[in-house]
Amino acid sequence: MNEPIIQVEGIDKKYRIAAAHTHYRTLRETLTSAAARGLNRFRNVLKGQAASTGSETFWALRDVSFSVHRGQVLGLIGQNGAGKSTLLKIIARITEPTAGRVTIRGRLSSMLEVGTGFHPELTGRENIFLNGAILGMTRAEIERKFDEIVAFSEIADFLETPVKHYSSGMYVRLAFAVAAHLEPQILLIDEVLAVGDVEFQRKCLRKMGSVAREGRTIIFVSHQMNAVRELCDECLLLDKGRIVRLGVTNDVIKEYLGRTATTTEWRPSHEERFSHPNFTPTRLQVVDTELDPIRREVQSGERFGVVLEGEVSRLSPNLSLGIAVYASGNELLFWSWHTDQAEGDWPRLREGPNRLVVWIPAHFLNEEIYRIHLIASIHPHEWILHPRQWTPQVYIKVTGRPGRVPHRAVSRPGFTAPVLDFDELPPLTE
Amino acid sequence: MTQSNLPEPVIVIEPRKSFSLVDFRELWEYRELLSFLAWRDLKVRYKQTVLGIFWAIIQPVFTMLVFSLFFGKLAQMPSDGIPYPVFTYSGLVPWTFFATSLTISANSLVNNPRLLTKVYFPRVLIPLASVLPCLVDFALAFSVLGLMMVGYGLLPTTNIIWLPFFLLMAVGTALGAGLWLAALNVQFRDVRYAVPFLIQFWLFCTPVAYPSSLLEEPWRILYGINPMVGVVDGFRWALLDTRHEFGWMIGLSIITMVILLLTGLAYFRKMERTFADIV
Repeated sequence: MNEPIIQVEGIDKKYRIAAAHTHYRTLRETLTSAAARGLNRFRNVLKGQAASTGSETFWALRDVSFSVHRGQVLGLIGQNGAGKSTLLKIIARITEPTAGRVTIRGRLSSMLEVGTGFHPELTGRENIFLNGAILGMTRAEIERKFDEIVAFSEIADFLETPVKHYSSGMYVRLAFAVAAHLEPQILLIDEVLAVGDVEFQRKCLRKMGSVAREGRTIIFVSHQMNAVRELCDECLLLDKGRIVRLGVTNDVIKEYLGRTATTTEWRPSHEERFSHPNFTPTRLQVVDTELDPIRREVQSGERFGVVLEGEVSRLSPNLSLGIAVYASGNELLFWSWHTDQAEGDWPRLREGPNRLVVWIPAHFLNEEIYRIHLIASIHPHEWILHPRQWTPQVYIKVTGRPGRVPHRAVSRPGFTAPVLDFDELPPLTE
Repeated sequence: MTQSNLPEPVIVIEPRKSFSLVDFRELWEYRELLSFLAWRDLKVRYKQTVLGIFWAIIQPVFTMLVFSLFFGKLAQMPSDGIPYPVFTYSGLVPWTFFATSLTISANSLVNNPRLLTKVYFPRVLIPLASVLPCLVDFALAFSVLGLMMVGYGLLPTTNIIWLPFFLLMAVGTALGAGLWLAALNVQFRDVRYAVPFLIQFWLFCTPVAYPSSLLEEPWRILYGINPMVGVVDGFRWALLDTRHEFGWMIGLSIITMVILLLTGLAYFRKMERTFADIV
């Protein structure tokens, strides 16, 4: 069958959002308008409409069409609010499109969240069955995979403990393990990799890679370009509800990064946080020479800094902090550690909050979008934040032709474009 | 559902124009999930309580004791020739089932927002699954009724074969009202506060503490508009040989029960497409 396994045609999705509250001046006004609103609502309820008084509409998706072929792994990228999750929810039949049509030719499961339906009072074993059933597995299927799920989750000893006593790491591991053992033909995955510890994240990514290689069709939403690159052949870039670009992963990511070159600050969020007793990152930010935040492109002739902030609750003398810089095609430029300097010049790290700045010299980077990761390790024993896994990251776009000569029009290949010293030497006389 | 020899389902997702009341085939496909959800509710129900499952008995039994003291002894309420404690308890058993089912199903959607926003299955499974565990409570309370009848030396008549029918009527009424309230609750959290009041009001309109024979004939038939009248009177008739006829009254109860259930289902199905966006 050459028909696409998922065919999305002209999908629109409209949401109503409540308008800003109007302020009533008098009590009487408030009461009368409240009464009118109440009556209106009541009428709407009977008509089966959502309460719509004083609300405006917002298009979460506009005329979205694409198709996915059997065995394809499609990445869905875009900024927050671009409509990625809404699109996934429509394909998963959780919410209805306002217009358009989706045709799905196969059994579909969705992982929009890990641990949907988990009940804190139930034991790990009970939750495996419950969650499995909610995700669409039959009892026989769950029984068959039970041992595998338990082994993957690494919680065998706590199988009979109510999950409310689990640590958040254990909870997530168990939840992911159930979801990872689904065997639908089509799998929808929404940003689930940003959970758990680094080791487990890597394990999840490996598992998903192997699922993808088994020929399943996957739609994968993520903000983590590393994961997208690793898993997806093609990507779809959404912006404000519309498709901007559909194509080969690297090209689409490049375009996406071009549009998001202003994400020059990272702070812990609900989806992206990390903690470790030796170092918990709290901020990563691009700054100018005055230490003021930069929220724009930088000129190639401009010196700029990257501020690393983090909390240390147990100070290790071997703690090393640094940055890893990548070009937009995911090519590594370099790592740099604060311990690269002579020991006397090291900035002092202490227990509690720490704040360092690392300077990127002017006339060093080329015209590119660079991704800067915060990396940390207990040198040389243990990684805390490894650049190949999730770490805090910011993007910075460098513009301006390389070199110190103004008006030079030609762009130049290469990841860096340093201005080096060229000195004249007297010709050698034979 | 994941056997490879099954034909591949083709699903078309479109804005719904028409709808069917119940997609029985789909419900059948999801029967395992229904039982898992019901099992979860049952397991979790009395977790971290001292008295546990005894709560299923304590509630109707204590209400029976209070009613017997105040209505039976002090107010000398007639009870169709049956000892008052048995009379009122035989009404309290189906009533308690109805009241708990209604409360739980009315809150079932808003108590499980993740199930609505993160995964697909027929939404009607949620209120349905929340009513099922109440049947276990019912069975326990019912066994106490059996003991009481033995204690008072009362034997059921052959009418007892109709008992499942009246239980089904109670399920239908609870589910009908529960579907309405669950769907409304998604949009209007007022429902959460209105339900206890509604149940109290409904209890006064149901012959639990008093016999329906208190009402004069033309009014008695009209009284049957409340489907729980038919359920409670039906229970007594099936178990205790109350010897009164109900004729049209119960017919009216059946009709309102069916209307309540069908409109509840229709409203629920109409609103379910917006649940994930609003809850």
